Amino acid sequence: MLTAFAIVADGLVYAAYLFLVAVGLTLIFGVMKILNVTHGSFYAFGAYGAATAAGIYFDRSLPDALGFLFMILFAMGIGLILGLILERGILRLVYGKDEVVIVLVTYAVFLILEDVITLIWGPRSYGAYQPMVAAGSIDVGRLTLSNYDIGLVIIAAALALATFLALKRTRFGRLLTVVIYDRETAAAFGVNVTLVYTVTFVIGAMLGTLGGAVMAPKISVTLGIGVEVIVLAFAVVAIGGMGSIEGALVGALIVGLARAAAVHLMPQIELFIIYGVMALVLAFRPFGLFTRAEPRKI
Amino acid sequence: MVADTCAKHFKILGLTTVLMGVSAIGVQAQQAAAPAPVRLGIVSFLTGPAASPFGIPGRNGAEIMIEALNGGKVPAPYATVGLGGTKIEAKYVDEAGSAANVVTEFRNLVQRDKVDAVVGYISSGSCLAVTPVAEELKALTVYFDCGTPRIFEEAARKYVFRPSPHATMDNTGAARYVLSKKKDVKFFSGINQNYAWGQDSWRDFLSAMNILAPSAKAEKELFPKLFAGEYGAEISTLLTSKSQVVHTSFWNGDLEGFLYQSQARGLSKRMPIIATTAEASIWRMRDKMPDGTIIGGRGPNGPLAPNTALNKWFHGIYVDRYGTPPTYPSYQMALAILGLKVAWEKAQKTKGGGAPTTEEIVSAFEGIEYEAPSGKVKLALGKGHQGIQETAYGTYRFNKQKQTPEIVDVIRFPAECVNPPSDVNSDDWVKGGMKGAKC
Repeated sequence: MLTAFAIVADGLVYAAYLFLVAVGLTLIFGVMKILNVTHGSFYAFGAYGAATAAGIYFDRSLPDALGFLFMILFAMGIGLILGLILERGILRLVYGKDEVVIVLVTYAVFLILEDVITLIWGPRSYGAYQPMVAAGSIDVGRLTLSNYDIGLVIIAAALALATFLALKRTRFGRLLTVVIYDRETAAAFGVNVTLVYTVTFVIGAMLGTLGGAVMAPKISVTLGIGVEVIVLAFAVVAIGGMGSIEGALVGALIVGLARAAAVHLMPQIELFIIYGVMALVLAFRPFGLFTRAEPRKI
Repeated sequence: MVADTCAKHFKILGLTTVLMGVSAIGVQAQQAAAPAPVRLGIVSFLTGPAASPFGIPGRNGAEIMIEALNGGKVPAPYATVGLGGTKIEAKYVDEAGSAANVVTEFRNLVQRDKVDAVVGYISSGSCLAVTPVAEELKALTVYFDCGTPRIFEEAARKYVFRPSPHATMDNTGAARYVLSKKKDVKFFSGINQNYAWGQDSWRDFLSAMNILAPSAKAEKELFPKLFAGEYGAEISTLLTSKSQVVHTSFWNGDLEGFLYQSQARGLSKRMPIIATTAEASIWRMRDKMPDGTIIGGRGPNGPLAPNTALNKWFHGIYVDRYGTPPTYPSYQMALAILGLKVAWEKAQKTKGGGAPTTEEIVSAFEGIEYEAPSGKVKLALGKGHQGIQETAYGTYRFNKQKQTPEIVDVIRFPAECVNPPSDVNSDDWVKGGMKGAKC
């Protein structure tokens, strides 16, 4: 019974982590049809930014809760600036080019940003553990759960709900949906697609840095963290369907629970399970769970 | 007037040419007087996840050791300048990249830059890739950190040396320490990264525990992905187990992330964590490293190093330069460079003076014994190419009064206790009951 509870609890925490890192990636793909490898850099910049903010804030012995908020805002501020520079400075120049070319461009930017991180923060690792320590823990039988992990699940759920409401209930969300369905028709009806692209990319970048910021207290912020994340995020997005927010949520839940079950019951297959699930889903639903095959336009 | 000006310009030009010629002759004369420096290629991770914990400390260790040697400032018996009186010129190369890239950079150092020796390599994958190429090019190569025992167990090597002990020592030492502190261990678990280093470390620890405590049972054998970052499910698995100790060979970000998360969920209070590479993290984690963690430093390095004059000197110059104490990669680099110096000067003495050839250095290197900041080393394995040292483990605590990390309850294990005898495969030795171990 305790093992079953642990699988669900661990699965939800891992799913929250996956959703937080995948949601920005799938949003950018949905609207702009760009497989954005740079998303790994957004995550890394978010984590480094949060660690820097933690250093600035907690050295002054200020209240813990506000420190976490400061870390998130600081990181998302970096995402805003970075997203704006990349979209206006680079991606704007390659719109309309072949999708492979755009992927290669984002990959090149990802490599450059890895070096930029080394230039800014150097090769050393950073800790931003203060919010996790301050959050404390609760005991459930022999199992001790971190309150920070529970908070992570709540943040992911709130983000999923906010994204859903923003897409369905706001004017910009409806415009976004129109561009997702058909860019040319949207443009013909007077939608400023260029502006939609810029705003979407910046929001995607800010979501990427948010993922890094909320994970920073749990990890050691060190070089290369963006590489692992981008691989996982791609797997989740592929399972759920490229460009689908609901897909990213369901994909994260499937992978999170499957991985937790593997670690508890058969740890030998832990590494295999994420990609095993992905292969299984794609075998039956080649476009992912929430994306339908589209007729090709001529 | 114009003719005068032209004549004046020609005079200045002529004078300048003569002066330049004289200067050039002077420089040439100086160059002829000073022997050409010994060129070393120093390879270490300067970028990527391994740079912070291993690569930069290793590079720093090389930098201060080479500077001190060139200045003749290393304490006796290493007070001669450079290598045998010739100054060292180092070229630093990044180890980051694929194995193919590492091999290309190695070839560049040997064939293009014409270095006299290469000292370096942290990743076992790099060492395995470079070894056959070093043998092919007949290039003297001294490894400083990589841990795989396979280098000298798969084939005899001529041009490759590794003074620092291999990973088998780390894990047999870990098992002996655990059992000396917790004699009643009935269940234990392991969490190690899912690649060669993690799997080999766990295999050696498990084999050693099976021999030294046959009634103890390995309960959970966890192998998360390298750089996984999130260990919630693994920690829950350990919390719901009956294990009394958990072994890990995690390093840097993975180790620190695991320890942060373990502490938040009370794992480190439930069972001690024995971390074979944690010495490299104590100065960064400080009070966030859980008290009671059993600390290894891949040999008698850092706070586990012996209290000798050479160690005090090395620790002092490192702290003065970098503002933080040296960790085990710095010690291992010092060990490798001093080994090269001992071999070089031994070959030079045998030759009767002058620069020794690679063949002469290689012959002199085999089987040497010498003193380093981490204590005595003897190249006793791999036909005199692989070093053995004593090892030490201790228990971590953060001294809140002094605001400094400490390692207490240190136990030292003699080299012949935790390393296999000469010409015996490490895995066979451990599984066969560690026959011949002198503890």
